[in-house]
Amino acid sequence: MEHIVIIGNGISGVTAARHIRKNSDKRITIVSTETAYFFSRTALMYIYMGHMKFEHTQPYENWFWKKNKIELKQGFVSEVDTKNKVLQFSNKETLSFDKLIIATGSKPNKFGWPGQDLDGVMGMYHKQDLQNLEKFAPNNKACNRAVIVGGGLIGIELAEMLRSRNIPVTFLVRESSFWNGVLPAQESEMINKHIKDHHIDLRLGTNLKEIKADDKGRVKSIVIEETGEEIPCNVVGLTAGVSPNIDFLKSSNIELGRGVKVNRFLETNIPDIFAIGDCAEQHEAIGRRRNIEAVWYTGRMMGETLAQTICGNKTAYKPGHWFNSAKFLDIEYQTYGWVFSEKGKAENEIYFQWQHPKDYKCITISFDKNSRKFIGINTFGIRMRHEIFDKWLTENQSIEHVLEHLADANFDPEFYKLHEGEIVAKFNKENNTNIQSKKKSWKRIFSKA
Amino acid sequence: MKIIKHTGLVIFLLGLTLFTGTIFTGNFSFTQQELDNYITEKGYKNEVIKEELSKAIVTTESLNIFQFSKKARNAFANANNHYDKLIAKYDAEKNWDKKGEQYQYKINGKPHTLSYEIAKKAGSGFVRENAGLLWFLTFGLGIIGALLFIIPNLVLLGKPGIKNDGIYLESATNRGWIAWLVLVYLVTFYLVLYFMADYAVNWTFILDPISKALNGGPASQWFVYGFLYCTIMLTMGVRMFIKYRHNKYQIVRTISVLFFQIVFAFLIPEIMTSLNMPGYDFKNAFPLDYDFFFDWNIESLKSSGGIGIFILVWGIVLTLIIVPVMVYFFGKRWYCSWVCGCGGLAETLGDPYRQHSNKSLNAWKLERWLIHSVLVFSLVMTLVTLYCYFSGTESLLGIKSQWIKDTYSFLIGAWFAGVIGTGFYPIFGNRVWCRFGCPLAAYLGLVQRFKSRFRITTNGGQCISCGNCSTYCEQGIDVRSYAQKGENIVRSSCVGCGVCSAVCPRGVLKLENGPEAGRINPTDVLLGNDVNLMDLVNNK
Repeated sequence: MEHIVIIGNGISGVTAARHIRKNSDKRITIVSTETAYFFSRTALMYIYMGHMKFEHTQPYENWFWKKNKIELKQGFVSEVDTKNKVLQFSNKETLSFDKLIIATGSKPNKFGWPGQDLDGVMGMYHKQDLQNLEKFAPNNKACNRAVIVGGGLIGIELAEMLRSRNIPVTFLVRESSFWNGVLPAQESEMINKHIKDHHIDLRLGTNLKEIKADDKGRVKSIVIEETGEEIPCNVVGLTAGVSPNIDFLKSSNIELGRGVKVNRFLETNIPDIFAIGDCAEQHEAIGRRRNIEAVWYTGRMMGETLAQTICGNKTAYKPGHWFNSAKFLDIEYQTYGWVFSEKGKAENEIYFQWQHPKDYKCITISFDKNSRKFIGINTFGIRMRHEIFDKWLTENQSIEHVLEHLADANFDPEFYKLHEGEIVAKFNKENNTNIQSKKKSWKRIFSKA
Repeated sequence: MKIIKHTGLVIFLLGLTLFTGTIFTGNFSFTQQELDNYITEKGYKNEVIKEELSKAIVTTESLNIFQFSKKARNAFANANNHYDKLIAKYDAEKNWDKKGEQYQYKINGKPHTLSYEIAKKAGSGFVRENAGLLWFLTFGLGIIGALLFIIPNLVLLGKPGIKNDGIYLESATNRGWIAWLVLVYLVTFYLVLYFMADYAVNWTFILDPISKALNGGPASQWFVYGFLYCTIMLTMGVRMFIKYRHNKYQIVRTISVLFFQIVFAFLIPEIMTSLNMPGYDFKNAFPLDYDFFFDWNIESLKSSGGIGIFILVWGIVLTLIIVPVMVYFFGKRWYCSWVCGCGGLAETLGDPYRQHSNKSLNAWKLERWLIHSVLVFSLVMTLVTLYCYFSGTESLLGIKSQWIKDTYSFLIGAWFAGVIGTGFYPIFGNRVWCRFGCPLAAYLGLVQRFKSRFRITTNGGQCISCGNCSTYCEQGIDVRSYAQKGENIVRSSCVGCGVCSAVCPRGVLKLENGPEAGRINPTDVLLGNDVNLMDLVNNK
């Protein structure tokens, strides 16, 4: 029986394993150092915040693996012998495979800051990081202040976590406005404001110079590059992005770039060895996507796709329309299609934007100024239907069509205040159009593209 | 703010202590004259009871309710014993006529109920004489304290949004010692209420004035329960309004359950009683209202003229037509989390404990066996009762009508719905009864599963498997297991509380009533991936 070994029990590896099991009776082993069972990495924050216990972040009960004959092995792979198809573990154990799937995810970036390895300095990615945080920042007596370095999605989540225990937080963001490499200014500025509402000391356009230690080798303070200001703190969170977790492959002859280089079939340069998820790097980017996509959803999609190939139905990784989501403190964010920040958008792409006068709600719709084609939407504080936007993108609908039928796309809970009228009115005013907002129609919602 | 909160807690605990403490107060005794009047009023034929009771409770000694109850119960037991001995004697002598005669002298009723009835008249003391003041010191302080504890959350919880911070870090909400203490208190409360009502007779004195104003009569233990129920729901409703103030579905739903509890379950029946009508809760549908078809209820309705007949017809129409039709259009939520009293308590008092429902597959299996068994039990009981009522016999297929009614009332009505259903909130979650026991929920669930427009829609491929939805599902549904497959949630047990949707950080879940086509949509490959792959895998 063919033995499929998967390194990494995150969403990519587990999705691949599940789909291989659905389609075959191959022997499957998942190897992980981090935890015995699959858990949802995106939910780690909720454990510290007390919303959930660790067991709640495990999407499958523990009997699931045995029942589905998916073997789980805890251990750290130190070397991959591609010639003999054997994994070497750090404890000298070995495991041979017929096909190998590398799904080892990411690790937090460290940019060589002085003091970056001190006690009390941590990322927020692994389960071990959470244990570390619990140790160094159990409450605001043990931790009088935490400094977070890097203004991305993990950074703001770490800030939210610490604030849930009333720990003062200073948040250093390199950019001039939060996440404005990705978000249009309207949204980025709204989030800046919301961060400050949560009593987080947000420092924009600020870089870390060094982290200073006390005499026990623990974090004592940080120094800011631009001003030289020293901020006393007990915990430093490094959240300046992530990069593929592939150091253990450096001695192998698998081709590496920033990640494990793969082709459209998620194959590496070595036959029978594949890479998926955060650690995989496409030779050439797909559409407007990045070569490395460190996103939950793409990890899952690669797992779904590769399982087909492994089970004899060779399938290229061909993701559909881009989508993503996040939550910035209390503000939910969803995006469908492409909305780039002012810096990143093409010349023919223009925005239509609407913002609620009081609440933290806004949308940006990106469309082609010549063809009027709808390109993408960012929505903050208003939930939207994935299916509908996916359909409109497939159908190459116009901005006018999207606005006319915006009610179909609303996904907020019942009784919520709807804003389609205001949104369309603003568009009409700005564009001298006369679009009439249509009422929600189940028939349209359920019609396929 | 924290100081206000803590002050509130102290005041609340003081109120609770005084409320509990009142039980131990007061003197209970009769003068001979009062006893004679009582026995005449009751029309007891028993010739020994007078002597027994006057030995027991005609005294100048000051008896508290526990001493009084013991003596009174003994007196009734002795009085009945006297005739039991005679029965045994005549039985041995085969003197059937004499034996048969003795039964009329026996006094029927549960010992604590007989004792309660006397205690209600025989009690005196500070509590009874100062009902108004005592109301303030118990209910009043409880409400003020609780509100002082709750209202600062407007500021302390920060900006509107989901605020479940610390739930698993605190003893009260993480099955710690506080939770166990609350469990013990609640279980004891229900045991007293259902089985030892005489011990709580002082509570009825506190509410006598309010009861008289509403229905013209003194308060019974059920009036105390109803009043307490409404008070708790209202107070904890305030907590809901603050906690979910960003979520209009939760606000509207909470207003609805409060309205139906206070107006339909409490005020209307009380007012009907004061107008000499049978007090009826118009929203309480059979088989949750399990004694609706009991002979005494049918008799009482039949003898109440037009309104009684209306209630009889309404009750039948409610169960057979209104309930299933509404479930078809809106799901069982229209009842379970918008109207029902049990649901109302679960959604207010029980909200802090909703995360404790068990999400395992085994719990789901147990749930399906148990709840459907109770449904069958309630239907069999009703069939037997109705058959016996109309045929005038005492049993059907060897099942005695009285026995099955008593068994159901005791096991399901008192133990399952009350003691376990509410008492176990802090450890097993707030919907134990609704999930495992309620026969009406089982019935609504069958309709919801097989013929309804209701579902929780999963938003394409947006789920990140975080588990907030499953954790906070009070019905123990593993919501995530559907959401992470991009599949809508169509489960018979879903009461549509809407909290999964509220706690979802990525806007994945929405409660909707829509067309039946496409309601159940199992998927393997989720939206967002290659369309051809989706077609290939999902349309096999």
